[in-house]
Amino acid sequence: MRLSGGLIDRSRTLRFIFDGKSYAGHPGDTLASALLANDVLLMGRSFKYHRPRGLIAAGSEEPNALVELRSGARREPNTRATMAELFDALEAQSQNRWPSLRFDAMAVNELFANFLTAGFYYKTFMWPRAFWEKLYEPAIRRAAGLGRLSMEADPDAYDKGFLHCDLLVVGAGAAGLAAALTAARGGAQVILADEDYHLGGRLLAESHSLDDRPATEWIAAVVAEFACLPNLRILPRTTVFGAFDHGVYGAVERVSDYRANPGICPRQTLWRITAKRTMLAAGATERHIPFMDNDRPGIMLGGALRAYANRWAVSPAKRVAIFTNNDDGHRTALDLLARGVEIAAVVDSRAGVEAKGQYRVISDAIVSGSKGRLGLRSIEVTRGGSTEWIACGALGVSGGWNPNVHLASHHRGRPVWNDSQQTFVPPAELPAGMIVAGAAAGRGTTHAALVSGAEAAVRVLNEIGIAATLPELPAAEDAPANLSPLWHVPGKHRAWIDFQNDVTVKDVKLSHQENMRSVEHLKRWTTLGMATDQGKTANVTALAVMAEMTGKGIAETGTTIFRPPYTPVSISVLGGGNTGTHFRPRRLTPSHQWATSQGAVFVEVGQWMRAQYFVRPGETHWRQSVDREVVATRKGVGICDVTTLGKVDVQGADAAEFLDRLYCNAMKSLKTGMVRYGLMLREDGQAWDDGTCARLGETHYVVTTTTANAGTVYRHMEFARQCLWPELDVQLISTTDAWAQFSVAGPNARKLLERIVDGFDLSNEAFRFMACANLSVCGGLRARVFRISFSGELAYEIAVPARYGNALMARLVELGQDLGATPYGTEALGVLRIEKGHAAGNELNGQTTAQMLGMGRMVSAKKDSVGAVMSRREGLLANTRVLVGLQPVDASEPVVAGSHLFAEGATQETATDQGWITSACFSPHVGSSIGLGFLADGAARQGEVIVAANPIQDQNVRLRVVSAHFVDPEGERLRA
Amino acid sequence: MRFSALRVIRETLTGHKGWRPLWRNPEPQAFYDYLIVGGGGHGLATAYYLANTFKQSRIAVLEKGWLGSGNIGRNTTIIRSNYLLPGNEPFYEFSMKLWENLEQEFNFNAMVSQRGIVNLFHTDGQRDAYRRRGNAAILAGADAELLERDALRGMVPFLNFDNARFPVKGGLLQRRGGTARHDGVAWGYARGADRAGVDLIQNCEVTGFRIENGHLKGVETSRGYIGANKVGVAVAGSTSRVMAQAGMGQLPIESHVLQAFVSEGLKPTIPNVITFGAGHFYVSQSDKGGLVFGGDIDGYNSYAQRGNLPVIEDVAEGGMALMPMIGRARLLRLWGGIMDMSMDGSPIIDRTPIEGLYLNAGWCYGGFKATPASGYAFAQLLATDRPHETAAAYRLDRFARGYVIDEKGAGAQPNLH
Amino acid sequence: MLIPHPLLGLRDAQEFSYLGDASLLDRPDGLAEKAGDAFFSYVYLRENPAGVHRELWFHEQGDRSWLVVTRNTVTHEILGAELARDVALRSRSPRERGDPA
Repeated sequence: MRLSGGLIDRSRTLRFIFDGKSYAGHPGDTLASALLANDVLLMGRSFKYHRPRGLIAAGSEEPNALVELRSGARREPNTRATMAELFDALEAQSQNRWPSLRFDAMAVNELFANFLTAGFYYKTFMWPRAFWEKLYEPAIRRAAGLGRLSMEADPDAYDKGFLHCDLLVVGAGAAGLAAALTAARGGAQVILADEDYHLGGRLLAESHSLDDRPATEWIAAVVAEFACLPNLRILPRTTVFGAFDHGVYGAVERVSDYRANPGICPRQTLWRITAKRTMLAAGATERHIPFMDNDRPGIMLGGALRAYANRWAVSPAKRVAIFTNNDDGHRTALDLLARGVEIAAVVDSRAGVEAKGQYRVISDAIVSGSKGRLGLRSIEVTRGGSTEWIACGALGVSGGWNPNVHLASHHRGRPVWNDSQQTFVPPAELPAGMIVAGAAAGRGTTHAALVSGAEAAVRVLNEIGIAATLPELPAAEDAPANLSPLWHVPGKHRAWIDFQNDVTVKDVKLSHQENMRSVEHLKRWTTLGMATDQGKTANVTALAVMAEMTGKGIAETGTTIFRPPYTPVSISVLGGGNTGTHFRPRRLTPSHQWATSQGAVFVEVGQWMRAQYFVRPGETHWRQSVDREVVATRKGVGICDVTTLGKVDVQGADAAEFLDRLYCNAMKSLKTGMVRYGLMLREDGQAWDDGTCARLGETHYVVTTTTANAGTVYRHMEFARQCLWPELDVQLISTTDAWAQFSVAGPNARKLLERIVDGFDLSNEAFRFMACANLSVCGGLRARVFRISFSGELAYEIAVPARYGNALMARLVELGQDLGATPYGTEALGVLRIEKGHAAGNELNGQTTAQMLGMGRMVSAKKDSVGAVMSRREGLLANTRVLVGLQPVDASEPVVAGSHLFAEGATQETATDQGWITSACFSPHVGSSIGLGFLADGAARQGEVIVAANPIQDQNVRLRVVSAHFVDPEGERLRA
Repeated sequence: MRFSALRVIRETLTGHKGWRPLWRNPEPQAFYDYLIVGGGGHGLATAYYLANTFKQSRIAVLEKGWLGSGNIGRNTTIIRSNYLLPGNEPFYEFSMKLWENLEQEFNFNAMVSQRGIVNLFHTDGQRDAYRRRGNAAILAGADAELLERDALRGMVPFLNFDNARFPVKGGLLQRRGGTARHDGVAWGYARGADRAGVDLIQNCEVTGFRIENGHLKGVETSRGYIGANKVGVAVAGSTSRVMAQAGMGQLPIESHVLQAFVSEGLKPTIPNVITFGAGHFYVSQSDKGGLVFGGDIDGYNSYAQRGNLPVIEDVAEGGMALMPMIGRARLLRLWGGIMDMSMDGSPIIDRTPIEGLYLNAGWCYGGFKATPASGYAFAQLLATDRPHETAAAYRLDRFARGYVIDEKGAGAQPNLH
Repeated sequence: MLIPHPLLGLRDAQEFSYLGDASLLDRPDGLAEKAGDAFFSYVYLRENPAGVHRELWFHEQGDRSWLVVTRNTVTHEILGAELARDVALRSRSPRERGDPA
């Protein structure tokens, strides 16, 4: 029911729908307060027993009132009604019930409640074995879980950003506001973040005055001053969810979550806040006192009841009772009375307590039971030996407050038990740069919070050289709580500790009985604290109950640390910025535009998009295009964009020495104007990367790497230069993106290039195989040309500044029309190199050696180079598998990469495995499928017939072992 | 006490008064034949098989915290045997076979769920590599299927098939792979070991080794000296720290932090285990409804048991790229565990140069699935001094001799495995 | 994490890639006797301390310098960072090696 007053805007009405029924609320309401205003108490069902549940709390710790918010692709399961700011046309529905919230068939679990105790599922469902996947597990999975995902992609936008500050203040209650004011006045860069949409924290929920005026007036004055302070940034609706290293905090701002549709705004923003100092002023969470049937809708935390009345002007019932072990319960009674709510009684477990106003106190008494199926109707009060039933529609329970120490223990510092306060206070070892103030530090009176916030701000700013002074703070209440511990009401029946996961005092007892006594075993055995509220309202109480069982104190029984996030964070905001095709950057080759116009189909090669093949009119299958490109290259001339290969420019007096140490083969002897194939090993002796090394000048080299390793090889070269051999005079720079490079391959390659070079002699005599030169092309464009061949044909690679790449590609194809100039893509590139027997990524996969690649003798023993020593280890040398060519005995049969190789007639199992096929393709040149593979004793088995086993596709193909060089084994073409 | 549905019903009717402790809390004795250092999954499994299969006695497990408090207490619960290399695949298939009969054997429901695992591929080269791997699995007696895009789409239609930076081309499916309830595995082994007479000693930290003339005599602990004939160390991320006390501080191992994640509970969403082939992301859904997922290690040496934001973002990004429908679910909890990353990505189950000291380590972030076989093989080695046939390659000297088992081909850089 | 780059100040660790123990600076001589043993230790064995660790980071998305960062692996506290090149050169100077002047 709605009361008078409160921080809601009654001038406007918001309509909203819950479980199909329309209701009205006001701006300032949460879904929770608006439902209470409409006398809706039943909001959810518990996880295990499907017990009817209502609100317990008013904040982010709420375990019961979880709803599916919004509909369609924006449906968001498990949203706490207490955190859903009301907006017009809000839609929500209850979850984890069938067919309806009032009548939930799954509540049949209640009948089996005695069966479904802690850990029961570990003890049964084991027979027969196959039933687990088929019967038990599907049934359990359907029954478990809470809300439903829409199964559609999240349509909203998300953003990420960095923020930096001197002081991050987490929580804008009394302590946080005082701290932010102090720091901002002192000139510090301050960020003040609060999960709520109003600043003020607990001040908003109380009726206390500050300097004899309503607290809201002081808040308004502070906020007005904040508006004039440019060095302070306020982040409302922002949850600081994690403390990470070196003062980095993760925070989520719910930018437009309070609207039906975010429109052009991001829904949420992930902030990574780097703070020199951080003040945790996150307040405290009230705890319950479990008693029999303490989970009925209407039974709430006392502080929540008070917050609903004071801030939102609602009460769950006209007649309310209070159960308390400290003075807080009386405060609730007074506030409710003041707003016209009838107080049935204040049941106080302490002896000799008197009323502080016009209400009935039953002291030295406990609440021992309750009635009301879908909402509380009455409570049973026990005093001495006698019991009394008292009618009431709601009960506020006050068991004391637990400081919100979560962020303080994110670096694994253990909260410390404070006996005088009967709570866990922040750990001694805080994340570096953090300080805790206010109720989070156990200083929960308004006066103490204000003072501790301001004082702590002065102290930590002083540490970083900012002189701040204490502001004048308003006079505020400073009454002690006078708590007398009461952790639960003993009884035979179920009393709930963890509401969402249905963990009761009996479960904790059973856990103790079964020797699951350490806190972590208790949690895991009972699922305590594993619910969406992460045990905020439950863990400390359960620990106290366990301490009672063990007979040890709470401090000896243990504690538990908290892990991020403080409250659950949407996966979208953590990972949503780069979705779909934006998941990773897309690098385009210089000739991409031209290739697109020529019908190229592109393929992802790492971050690159490369032309895979070019579809000509009439071609309906990729093989037609690829075969044509291969044949055209071998007969005329083919052109391929090979810019993606890594390029590193190496210069300096010691460049030759440097490269000689990097490559396993000799590089020092390379003459200016020549290129050499180079193989790099990893320091563990395995083959790593290959490429070419071109000596353009006495002290100037350009080396290439494979596309895949362009980044890591460059990194390694810098490592060698800076860390291994800093005494060498050598400089490096990656030029992969600076130069567009094209392979021009085929018998007509020279003729084609002669049409673009500016008076450069490309004749075989003047520019031999493996020559290189700087030159100019197309009338003055500077270029580099390398006579190297991956295809086995007469071939060149020509490089021009990247911005001319697209034009050069177009020019070459245009000028070479009569020569059969044909662009080819990565598929044809692959076919050409397999036909020639060149190793590529499938052969250089990090698991192979130079010896396996047939290049064992390249590893020079005369010099020290990376990996040379380790390449001579026994195990590497003992491996007889070497690269061979493979050809089907029956030309119509396929060679399939990934097949394993066996001797003919051998049983096919791990022990008899002789190798595998690395690469395969259809070879237009051979006229059949061909492949490359590593085969045991392969060097000695030319001509032998073996079997390629591909059991995953039920294939066995007989193959003949042949030379890996299917094309021009003598190398005459490339020297032509 | 034997667990069964009948037993649960009987206890229900009698007020659950009959349940006994899952294990005793014994005081450590002065001497044992076998001491297992580390009460995690591997250590508990080792003790279990030593007592039950290899019929040894006078065995104790020393755990510095609570049983199952290491990586078995926090992981993404995946079990599979779809490895590539002959040094690995038979071992993991042996493990899978043990998983398949585990619950009946140790009379505890560890919720072994053979719901299938799919490793997605996104390029032709990846398909070739998975074909090779699937074939290797089949040749070792395991199961594997190669699914092309359409078949895969029928099975997991919620993947991003239409708007992906790296289109899904298919997947390698192992139907016998799946998940198991990680804590249940630890408790099942612990209870089974305890019932066979093993002393499970919690809150007992090893602080030193007593070694005389190259022979191990016993260990110093926070609860006093304990003598032993043989000591097996199975302490995962703490391997270097513990072995340093025996003078074997230099090992082919680095400790790294791996973060893992669980979402709020959801109604059934993801039927099996899925791993992304173009980003760092793997996911399954627990029986309770939480999406359990993970990604890459943070990448720097760490003993801190907590990670940092970039990896959290990277993992979430991978998840969103692969299955954008998970976006409106919320991350409930994340944690960091310390992984004993070895130099070739494969484990070590071997004797050490110190007589009587045995090492089980180097599990990187795949140790959970190996728990049964690791325990079995380590128990066999401890009991007989002969390695189990499927674990014969996991030798400590393989690095020096050049017999590394490098599934990824990443070389001697632990954070790449 | 934030890494205090000696030339560029505090930089986000995301700009760097990590290699490992700074002992990788001390590459053995491949032509020496028993080079195999020395390389085995160099390539494969690590102290892997729980505590202060000197380690190599590459400022890949930055100035491409290799750094030796001293960091506590238990707390992640960073105690210092130097250019790896400076460290490597220093270790080569005769005084550092203990060679007679």
